[in-house]
Amino acid sequence: MSTTLSKAESETKPEQAVPWFAAPPVHDIALDLPTWYTEHQSESWDRFLDLPDPVRKDENWRFADLRKVRFSELVAARPVDNVETLVQRAKKERVEHFAAHYVFANNRLVYSEVADLPDGAVCLPINEALVQHGDLVKEHFMKEGETLGGEKFSALHGAATLSGLFIQVPRGCVIEKPVLIHHFSGGDFQAVFPHTLITANENAQVSVMEFFESVGDSEQNLVIGQVDLVADQGGNIQYVSLQDLSDLGPKHVQINSSRAGRDAKIKSAFVNLGASWVRNESINRMQGTGSDCQIYSANLANGSQEYDQRTLQSHEAQHTTSDLLFKNALYDDARTIFSGLIQVQPGSHYTDSYQTCRNLLGSETAEANAMPGLEIDADQVKCSHGSTSGQISDEEIFYLQARGIPAEDARKMISLGFMNESISQLTGDEIKAHLFDRVARKFRGLDQ
Amino acid sequence: MSDSLSIQNLHASVDGNEILKGLSLEIPKGEVHAIMGPNGSGKSTLSKVLAGHEDYEVTEGTALMDGEDLLALEIDERSRAGFFLAFQYPHEIPGVSNANFLRAALQARLPKGEEIDAVGFYKEMYEKMDALSMDRKFTGRFVNDGFSGGEKKRNEILQMMMLEPKYAVLDETDSGLDIDALKIVAEGVNRMRSPERGFLVITHYQRLLDYIVPDVVHVMFDGQIVKTGDKSLALELEEKGYDWVTEELAVSA
Repeated sequence: MSTTLSKAESETKPEQAVPWFAAPPVHDIALDLPTWYTEHQSESWDRFLDLPDPVRKDENWRFADLRKVRFSELVAARPVDNVETLVQRAKKERVEHFAAHYVFANNRLVYSEVADLPDGAVCLPINEALVQHGDLVKEHFMKEGETLGGEKFSALHGAATLSGLFIQVPRGCVIEKPVLIHHFSGGDFQAVFPHTLITANENAQVSVMEFFESVGDSEQNLVIGQVDLVADQGGNIQYVSLQDLSDLGPKHVQINSSRAGRDAKIKSAFVNLGASWVRNESINRMQGTGSDCQIYSANLANGSQEYDQRTLQSHEAQHTTSDLLFKNALYDDARTIFSGLIQVQPGSHYTDSYQTCRNLLGSETAEANAMPGLEIDADQVKCSHGSTSGQISDEEIFYLQARGIPAEDARKMISLGFMNESISQLTGDEIKAHLFDRVARKFRGLDQ
Repeated sequence: MSDSLSIQNLHASVDGNEILKGLSLEIPKGEVHAIMGPNGSGKSTLSKVLAGHEDYEVTEGTALMDGEDLLALEIDERSRAGFFLAFQYPHEIPGVSNANFLRAALQARLPKGEEIDAVGFYKEMYEKMDALSMDRKFTGRFVNDGFSGGEKKRNEILQMMMLEPKYAVLDETDSGLDIDALKIVAEGVNRMRSPERGFLVITHYQRLLDYIVPDVVHVMFDGQIVKTGDKSLALELEEKGYDWVTEELAVSA
């Protein structure tokens, strides 16, 4: 394992003679890590040190507020002491019926409950999976390679991650209820690296819902998560990220990738309610004939929150389909950035691909940036992309009021409906209801 | 006078242009009145003014609902007081399910702290949807989102049936409907006819009045009621066209 000193930190923070990385976050839990993994870690660390910090000149960081990211401040996440309270919170804030539930606090697994997992399905904390099923993990571990600008974050993640969940669903196996994962994080400048790797083999099916929550009310911590979804022929994966960190300090980076094989379906969603700064990246590759990726997002930003989302829908085979619907509701001085690209690769004929970003502006000072894009290199293709920004129309409010609903309630109903348009595309009534309630809860706290 | 929707000398403008020019009309409870008139005569303006649309400024006149000053109420208060407008172009509310919308509208009529009975609500809604030949899936669909013209109009009638208003104005509910949809909508309205309820049916075509037979027919022109008669007036209009009214007006002037 690398013990290289952080160049940046050794220069700017001499008091931290031992860099945070010198003590891997959960090295005390995993005993016998495979060599390929420790090598990957040290390579990632070297890459992290070599890569320049993101700059706004880079198209991938256009409109982003880069002052919000300072690598040199980061320290290793320490264990939290109120674990029992967190576990109770996690149990209170979950959907009722689930296959398994895992709770992590600052990178450490603090609770697990298996309710209903079919035989053959592997569902393990990543550090245990590395020891018990090293080869299975290796096959797809951080294999995407590309990012949409977040290389440095991804490299850091690769160097440090040893928490999160590995799920491998074998051929024909269906996990009917969702697998739930809570990640609590906190502590000023402490960084956590949740990793989620889900593979569904032929005709296998799984749904995963991940919750990102804060330990305390206002902490300057950083979450750098990576999620890789791999569905083989006929496989079906749904992944939902609900980010509801404290909105005062934490920053959240999440880099997703989806790879869909022949006739496979992958649905993924980002719901952002908390954090002061969020960067989501989502790379979706429709690699097998007839594969389908759907990407949804519902984001409610207020105060000075900034949500920055970049997506790629890459059609790499014939008869592939994809749909993207991102909804942002913005209040106060909030900012959102959406940059999406549909790429139809050469020969990927008969592609159907859609991309829509809609922004609901709830204040004069909120700022929504949208950069939709399209590159087509095939025939017989149906593609559309677009973005809109606007306020709630007076005519809609009039219609609701004309049915007896007071104007303020009408406004809230319409805003919530706006977000629900995206949430309702997901599968699972309890998941949808939970997301809807969480969004509604944040709306109730806003003065519109 | 008090058991009626009584409109006297109503003047209303939009962006400074006067559209309603002293319109008077009285709909007693239990009666169905129809207003016919050429495009641009102000029919839809009348419906929006009564509902309280903010683009329209009432400059003179009164509208009393069972003696209560309708124009003094907010839009939502008018609805809760028993006024209903079936929209000519119902709005789409994406993300809000039809059931939640109706529920919110009914909930708004209950005293604070009182919750609507969910079981009873669904039972009633299903009965009324059956009467309108509406598939159950419409409860979960977003309000008017992706509905055909006929589905939207049926949805308006469903709302009327659920909210049970004292007075209902139907603004060109027949426009864009094929004959089957028209019959279903008319049947819904006819089921609602009662001595306790008054209707104002606004239409451009006589056809609707074959199915919703009015007690009184008014002809509107240039912001006023210029002629009133029984249902035979509608047939006469259909036969002779609106030019007949305008020519007659020109002669009498």
